[in-house]
Amino acid sequence: MKILITITGDNVAPRFDMVSALLIASYDSHGLTEKPRTLLMARPSPEELCSLILKENITLVICGGIEERHYKYLSWKKVEIFDSVIGPVSEVLDLAIKNRLRAGTILHSARNVNSD
Amino acid sequence: MPISSTIFVESVSLVEILNGVPLGIVLLDSSLCVLRMNRFFEALTGYSEEDALGVPGNFIIRSDLHTRGQVYQQILKSGESLIQEGTIINCHRKKLPILFTISPLHDNQGQIAGLIIVLEDLSSFQHAERNTSGADSKGKILGHSPKMQEAFELIPVLARTDASLLITGETGTGKDMIAEVIHQSSKRARQPFVKINCGALPESLLESELFGHVRGAFTGAVTDKPGMFRLAQNGTIFLTEIGDLPLSLQVKLLTVLDDREFYPVGGSKKVKVNVRVIAATHRSLREQVRKGLFREDLFYRLNVLRIHLPPLREREGDIRLLLDHFLRDFVSQLGSHIRGFSTTCLELLLAYGFSGNVRELRNIVEYAANICPGELITPEHLPKYIFAQAGDRESGAHKPSASDPSRGEQRPHAPTKTETRISENWQKTERDMILDAMKKTGGNRTKAADLLGWGRTTLWRKLKAL
Repeated sequence: MKILITITGDNVAPRFDMVSALLIASYDSHGLTEKPRTLLMARPSPEELCSLILKENITLVICGGIEERHYKYLSWKKVEIFDSVIGPVSEVLDLAIKNRLRAGTILHSARNVNSD
Repeated sequence: MPISSTIFVESVSLVEILNGVPLGIVLLDSSLCVLRMNRFFEALTGYSEEDALGVPGNFIIRSDLHTRGQVYQQILKSGESLIQEGTIINCHRKKLPILFTISPLHDNQGQIAGLIIVLEDLSSFQHAERNTSGADSKGKILGHSPKMQEAFELIPVLARTDASLLITGETGTGKDMIAEVIHQSSKRARQPFVKINCGALPESLLESELFGHVRGAFTGAVTDKPGMFRLAQNGTIFLTEIGDLPLSLQVKLLTVLDDREFYPVGGSKKVKVNVRVIAATHRSLREQVRKGLFREDLFYRLNVLRIHLPPLREREGDIRLLLDHFLRDFVSQLGSHIRGFSTTCLELLLAYGFSGNVRELRNIVEYAANICPGELITPEHLPKYIFAQAGDRESGAHKPSASDPSRGEQRPHAPTKTETRISENWQKTERDMILDAMKKTGGNRTKAADLLGWGRTTLWRKLKAL
């Protein structure tokens, strides 16, 4: 199985349509099967990103906000999407591999504890 | 010191004041994390205050003002307010046009302690503008030619009704865009617009995609699937390439259009839908009916309203307009310094046939904008196939495409004055190009042909004709 996470810095990017950095990781029931790789797109384009997702045979997309039309398109193409995810990429990836991530997850580590 | 202890802890009533304002308001602390938000902001973004508390604001607001929080950082540093239009994507996956007003908040010592961000939803304004102005309804579609003006005038009329609509036109004429504009101008604008290409899927899959299936309907149907008609509930479904819809599904579509209900694949319970159907095709449906490939009853059912989009060759004056428009777009995207097209290049493009219509024109401009290193696009920055086609047309080899829906329905095409002028211009351009290539290669025909992107025999033939 193959995951794609839209990223900004060390975190999941807030918007699918504005992202230009991606992390792609392959995994099976034992964990990661290879080192995750980072990909940079020439420019943010949701259409090109959707094409890339299909070309790379991604099975799970983890992102922040995504428009309904892109969500529907990818769902129609049998790609699972966990959207509205907020948190550091490494933790998000770890949870996804352990099948403990869901759409809308906000990780505790994403919060600024000082501001509470 | 966190802003919460200086402003909010003792001022509980402030939250009530914020809730009384019919605009989305969020307060960020000095580290740009969410401190407070009002109810309207919760409704706009879909996040509750409890969920968002302490999370960096840009992950909650999800605007297009920045990608890594630089805008908020800049305001925090400069202390200058910002008012700017943009968009957000909320938790319901809706993209909303927003007017952002971002201002710094100061503590008792006059130091910037955080930001107040006010979000004004502009959707209703845009919706109202669309309803009151016919000119705006054409949206991003460009065209000054009389034929396009006719089409634009039809859009508000077509948007007012729920009747089925058939859009015809050659490939690349903008059928998809017109369908979306009509949906956006209709009262269903805030509901889904679902597009499906009837020619892209095999018959068995297409039925399931359109009408959904129930669990166990066939091997691999492990869960219920709603299908596109149900996904488009209360909105519009756009069936593109309707001419490629298999006959068996045409019957089912006819039933949906007549009764507004259908059975999902393998289902025994009828599903009712309230969906407007817009269909499009580049084929001549009349011809398809005559050949027995399209049901006549469905043709008449779809053909309640009809809009035909003219090919680019019939849109006098629009080629120049579109060339400039797309060039501006690509120049700003690529950050290049291209100022425009050279006269020769422009003459060449104006004389070109554009069988792929606006789509082809856009691709040609994109190619040229990427290839051109300087400030002026010249013929050498254009795709080579353009020269081949121009040459063919000159020798009378150009024929209308087999898929042209207007084929056989139009009067024989006599060359217009403009076309004659264009043909003369092309001959001159081609002559100049050949001479230029021959000069550059010192008279070597093989190298000159390579330079021009032609075969050696083509160059030989053209040289003889000079």
